[in-house]
Amino acid sequence: MKFNIYDLSSFTSSINQTLMENCSPFWAVTIEMVLVGIAILSFYAIVGLYLVYAERKVCAFMQCRVGPNRVGPYGFFQTIADLIKLLMKELIPIKNADKFLFNLAPFIVIIASFMALAAIPFAKGLHAIDFNIGIFYVMAVTSIGVIGILLAGWSSNNKYSLIGAMRSGAQIVSYELSVGLSLVTIVILSGSLQLSTIVEAQRDGWFLFTGHIPALIAFLVFLVAATAETNRGPFDLAEAESELTAGFHTEYSGIKFAFFFLAEYMNMFIVASIAATMFLGGWMPLHVGGWEAFNNIMDFVPPFFWYIGKTAVVIFIMMWFKWTFPRLRIDQLLTLEWKYLLPINLVNIIIMSFVVLMGWHF
Amino acid sequence: MRSIINYLKEIFGTVRALLKGMGVTGYYFVHPREIVTQQYPENRATLKMFDRFKGEVVMPHDENNEHHCTACGICEMNCPNGSIEIISKIQLTPEGKKKKVIAKHIYHLGMCTFCNLCIKTCPSNAIIMEQTFEHAVFNRAKLTKVLNQPGSKLSKGDKK
Amino acid sequence: MTEETITGQLEEQEFSINMGPQHPSTHGVLRMILKLKGETVEEVKPQLGYIHRGIEKMCEKLTYAQTIHLTDRLDYMSAHILNEAVCLTVENALEVEIPEHIQYIRTIMDELNRIASHQLWWSAFGMDLGALTTFFYGLRDREKILDIFEETCGARLLLSYNVPGGLMFDIHPNFQKRVKEFITYFRKKLPEYDALLTGNPILQARTKGVGMLTREQAIAYGVSGPSGRGSGFSCDVRKHQPYSAYSKVGFKEILYNEGDSFARYKVRMDEMWESMSIIEQLIDNIPEGNHAVKMKAIIKLPAGEYYQRVEAARGEFGVFVVSDGNKMPYRMKFRSPNFSNLAAINTMASGQKIADLIAIGGSLDFVIPDMDR
Repeated sequence: MKFNIYDLSSFTSSINQTLMENCSPFWAVTIEMVLVGIAILSFYAIVGLYLVYAERKVCAFMQCRVGPNRVGPYGFFQTIADLIKLLMKELIPIKNADKFLFNLAPFIVIIASFMALAAIPFAKGLHAIDFNIGIFYVMAVTSIGVIGILLAGWSSNNKYSLIGAMRSGAQIVSYELSVGLSLVTIVILSGSLQLSTIVEAQRDGWFLFTGHIPALIAFLVFLVAATAETNRGPFDLAEAESELTAGFHTEYSGIKFAFFFLAEYMNMFIVASIAATMFLGGWMPLHVGGWEAFNNIMDFVPPFFWYIGKTAVVIFIMMWFKWTFPRLRIDQLLTLEWKYLLPINLVNIIIMSFVVLMGWHF
Repeated sequence: MRSIINYLKEIFGTVRALLKGMGVTGYYFVHPREIVTQQYPENRATLKMFDRFKGEVVMPHDENNEHHCTACGICEMNCPNGSIEIISKIQLTPEGKKKKVIAKHIYHLGMCTFCNLCIKTCPSNAIIMEQTFEHAVFNRAKLTKVLNQPGSKLSKGDKK
Repeated sequence: MTEETITGQLEEQEFSINMGPQHPSTHGVLRMILKLKGETVEEVKPQLGYIHRGIEKMCEKLTYAQTIHLTDRLDYMSAHILNEAVCLTVENALEVEIPEHIQYIRTIMDELNRIASHQLWWSAFGMDLGALTTFFYGLRDREKILDIFEETCGARLLLSYNVPGGLMFDIHPNFQKRVKEFITYFRKKLPEYDALLTGNPILQARTKGVGMLTREQAIAYGVSGPSGRGSGFSCDVRKHQPYSAYSKVGFKEILYNEGDSFARYKVRMDEMWESMSIIEQLIDNIPEGNHAVKMKAIIKLPAGEYYQRVEAARGEFGVFVVSDGNKMPYRMKFRSPNFSNLAAINTMASGQKIADLIAIGGSLDFVIPDMDR
């Protein structure tokens, strides 16, 4: 079995073959599913924890502080210590809360973000399911999360939570449009909904460059709308700690709170991966048409690192937003979507269709 | 047409202003020299308070275990919170005169608001402000201190 | 659930919500009972009393010198200015001539205190609106002023630097150098504040036209200080009734006529520039002299009533003393700016969104211990 860091499809297919040879197809698929589940679960936990750490460090540096620096070198184990603390905390039962929905809500939120990870291509061949409607699936699944938020706000029997949940509902319903339409712009360019095809299509240049102006506009709109969809600052109205104390998760404690917290960071990771995949070529190295030597040098970096690097850049931009801007008001939030992002997006789609029809893209 | 131009102008103006703000945070992100955090327990050795810092009231004693307190009670009178209690006793001097001396100068650190009035009004400059600041203790009773050391007596020398 | 809600129909109804006494953006233990219709605030009822310490009553059992350390604990953000108010009352009652040396130092300290207070307000205002980074920038720069205070007064926040008849100590030898260093430093940092927050379109959208208070309403409620001047109410005590060295310096009273939260924001931002120019006019010209006038050990005011007002960072602060000729005041009443400013919040916030209420509260710059005393 040859392990090729640049093309993991040989690695995954060899595992598949070995399993198929040794047991019945049913068990082979079951074992594969379990393996993938474990792999994604551990990936989820590690990425979630270290995104929290990264956010704390990024905001600390922006604010002239050093950030967590007590647990481990440079505070590297801080979030692990936090997780242990959250695991040990008491789960406070709320009087007059809707017990079933109250307990269900964090799971809905976390499962929604967990499911989205399945369709994301991490590297060549490192892909849990390669749907032919991949991008459609990711969008559909990520928007399930809002049900969890609405349930959390409703079942907590707390007025602050309810306001937060209702805000979140209005926000996601509106911004879902912009996220969808800006991705549709790229789908027009690529002609496919399948994520692996989309990545392959960016072999000779990322869509952000080949699609030039309309793709750039779509990217910017996507960044704004995605930040809003993940309930992050400056669009964190659902939790708005200076207005609603903590919004929809005011009444949650311990590990249930941790679920919300982790899901928020994973949602950020997911939208960043989508941005990286759709606009920045996913795991595809930076290629410039005609520059053979340059392209070969770029190919030396394994695809997985390309993917992580691009995602990190997008995540950093989102953190940068959060730690710079004040929060919008709910009516301004909706104005931004319906009066600015949506019209821009619709016009942009027309421009993109025109560009594709005329063959004006690279 | 004009409204569309204004619409676009508004958008570009907004984006420019937002980028300006991001420029500030971005500048600090790439300039770690601007970090102002003090690493407190580590910098204990180099951390020095200003010489006027009001940390706690102390009564300086010289090498002969002598202080300047005459037990006049002015500090007790001037303290707005009752943080100072003076317990005095009558002692016979070698000449056979009766003289009031300090038995216990009790200082309740937990009640002190560091207004500096006791030090300002002390006629013999017997008490001063120390620059210590690590006052945390596990028992509130430890915040009540006796400022004159056991066996100490009034200095014969000049007032400081 | 009540009977009405189970009718099976969707009904709109008002609901009331308690904001505070423990809430991140009431800046202390203020409780506001909000009547809401969805996100819209119908009525705000502030409830006070959670941090009432009876300071006015306590003052009746303290000598005049001792009351000063209690005034620190009213509006702790402008402690020096409040201390000065009590000292001026006593000095005016006794008709003591205060030498220029002391007056100049007091004025410089006042303005430093005002800048420090506005810096903290700016930080907290940004945080109320969700821009958390402002908090650290504001506090970072405020630290420089607190260092100056610590070096000269021995304390950072509750200074107790004034005593009747002068100052506790003379200024530290480094004082002038440090103040000048700070002004050079802060002149570079203030444009950064503008880039980060003032010019930000989100902030402008959140504050412009929000929390309107007309000039008439401001006068009717007694809203003073930067909040009143944002409504075009010329109420700067430093200008209208100069005390200490304010008559010797040239400065502008900042007035904005819009009356919204952004106007109040701009007043404070401009006041920081103005305060720096006042300090620059004085810092090099401090006359030689003693740091305190010789006063009697026990100060007794002649029987009568005395009132002195000063411009604290949040508005007009007044001290009213009734003396019966004893060493303790018969009655001591403080006119605190925050209390009057809070009174206007219902007028400003009703009909606006919850988020606007936070912005209005931030632009009024509450210090709760000053309201409750």
